[in-house]
Amino acid sequence: MTVWSVIGAGVAGLAVASELVSRGARVQVFDPGGPPGPHGCSWWAGGMLAPWCEYENAEEPVLRLGQQAIDWWADRTQVHRQGTLVVANARDLPDLRRFARRTEGFEQVEQEKISLLEPDLHGFGKGLHFSAEAHVDPRQALNDLYRQLCEQGVEFHQKLAPAKMENAIDCRGLHAREYLHDLRGVKGEMLVIRCPDVALNRPVRLLHPRMPLYIVPRGDGIYMLGATMIESEDSSRITARSMLELLSAAYALNPAFGEAEVLEIGVDLRPAFPDNLPRIRRLGRTIYANGLYRHGYLLAPALAQGVADLALENKHSEMVDEDRP
Amino acid sequence: MKRFYGTDLPNPLMLGTAQYPSPAILEQAFRQSAAGVATVSLRREGAGGAGQTFWSMIRELGVLVLPNTAGCHTVKEAVTTAHMAREVFDTPWIKLELIGHTDSLQPDVFQLVEAARILTEDGFQVFPYTTDDLIVGERLLAAGCEVLMPWGAPIGSGRGLNNEYALRAMRAEFPDVPLVVDAGIGLPSHAAHAMELGFDAVLLNTAVARAGDPAAMAKAMALAVQAGQLAHQADPIEARDMAEASTPVIGKAFLS
Repeated sequence: MTVWSVIGAGVAGLAVASELVSRGARVQVFDPGGPPGPHGCSWWAGGMLAPWCEYENAEEPVLRLGQQAIDWWADRTQVHRQGTLVVANARDLPDLRRFARRTEGFEQVEQEKISLLEPDLHGFGKGLHFSAEAHVDPRQALNDLYRQLCEQGVEFHQKLAPAKMENAIDCRGLHAREYLHDLRGVKGEMLVIRCPDVALNRPVRLLHPRMPLYIVPRGDGIYMLGATMIESEDSSRITARSMLELLSAAYALNPAFGEAEVLEIGVDLRPAFPDNLPRIRRLGRTIYANGLYRHGYLLAPALAQGVADLALENKHSEMVDEDRP
Repeated sequence: MKRFYGTDLPNPLMLGTAQYPSPAILEQAFRQSAAGVATVSLRREGAGGAGQTFWSMIRELGVLVLPNTAGCHTVKEAVTTAHMAREVFDTPWIKLELIGHTDSLQPDVFQLVEAARILTEDGFQVFPYTTDDLIVGERLLAAGCEVLMPWGAPIGSGRGLNNEYALRAMRAEFPDVPLVVDAGIGLPSHAAHAMELGFDAVLLNTAVARAGDPAAMAKAMALAVQAGQLAHQADPIEARDMAEASTPVIGKAFLS
């Protein structure tokens, strides 16, 4: 029986492995970084399953393919189905109207409903509630996939994959750019803060003309603040300006965030193709699955299904843009 | 059409490269509009070549590149960024932007004149983003600038030409200087308006990048700029208070 070798144990690799195993394939995984951890960019993600919100600034496949993600993840990890709340300060209401025009699947909410949904948000007169959206804790999701795959008999090799392997599936993100010349890195920066004084029930997006940001509750008063998007491939450090913007967004939502403890600072590069949509390519004996951009958790299930379709059934999903076996 | 530091623009539309949904859509916007100049920021994308991949995409657009100092608040920052831009894009052109006010992004014209002088002496060809103030314009020219780029309205506001009177005055005051309306354009009608006033080019970014269909909006802007330019060259009629029939009515049975 064919053994598929998945290279890279980030969200793309683990999702591909999980999908293959669920269809009865035999799989092994290579990653010199070992089990999921801070060495992969998906460790630093927001984990939002928000296809309707993302559609505001993304192409149609993100909306359509992203909607499958919630159920896919619910079969494998805890999915928080609390929806998303989008708000803007009074002077940025044109951005809220624009957001509403560009997307769908929301209910317009006024101050009273906003207070009902999020009692700790003050001073927002208008918002949009996307009740069908959800989110996962990315680290929990990665760990759950890893554990399930181990239980299902998938062997994890903490080393580089041997060269010229048969039946390889390369999910290494930016590390694969040597073979994917149109791949680039887009810098993202995030913070994890602890603020038990504020209780938010769901991801909240604060619109701003220059720096739209979001905050995702992780439970126990812990929040993830994200994320910048900079056309830079320097992932060494966060800049002061980015940190100011992230924290001022939290502060604008509730000044009590001013007393939050900063637990973590994350900086990494999202792998992206020129249209910011993921791709599957079969070049020789290797299938490349890459380019999840800022939609790692949202589009990994569709990417994984596309890879499994190609690998097991020789079917070409819409993500396959090149097939030269 | 006037020359910009000795260079003819293929088209009087200058497009920014920030805030597009993706580089692929940015490229479509340039293809659809045939914009002649791409402005690109370097301040935030970082030194040390961290923005190289994106910058090479800009180079591959095959248009004139006008690097900018967006995000700079001091002379020193702007001068450093200009030097980096000259190395990265191998051009003496620099769009000099020196922000004085965080909310309105209004240029700090005092620092602007100072930075323009320093950069000009250093061999740069400076495109200063300025207000519509005539005296500031004069000082910038005295500092060595050969192009002026007054705002229509604050950056990203989409409000069009806030002070048509001041822009007309500027055009009249500097008849031989290439003038570009930079910032504030929200609609093609605003861009056409600027060209009808006799401006030589229009620079915009947000209106295209944040439109629902950036490529279509870029094309609309290109058509508007062309329409405004043609209209200006065609010597438009003056507005008047009373109707003037375009065909004589005397002798026709117009009361029947």
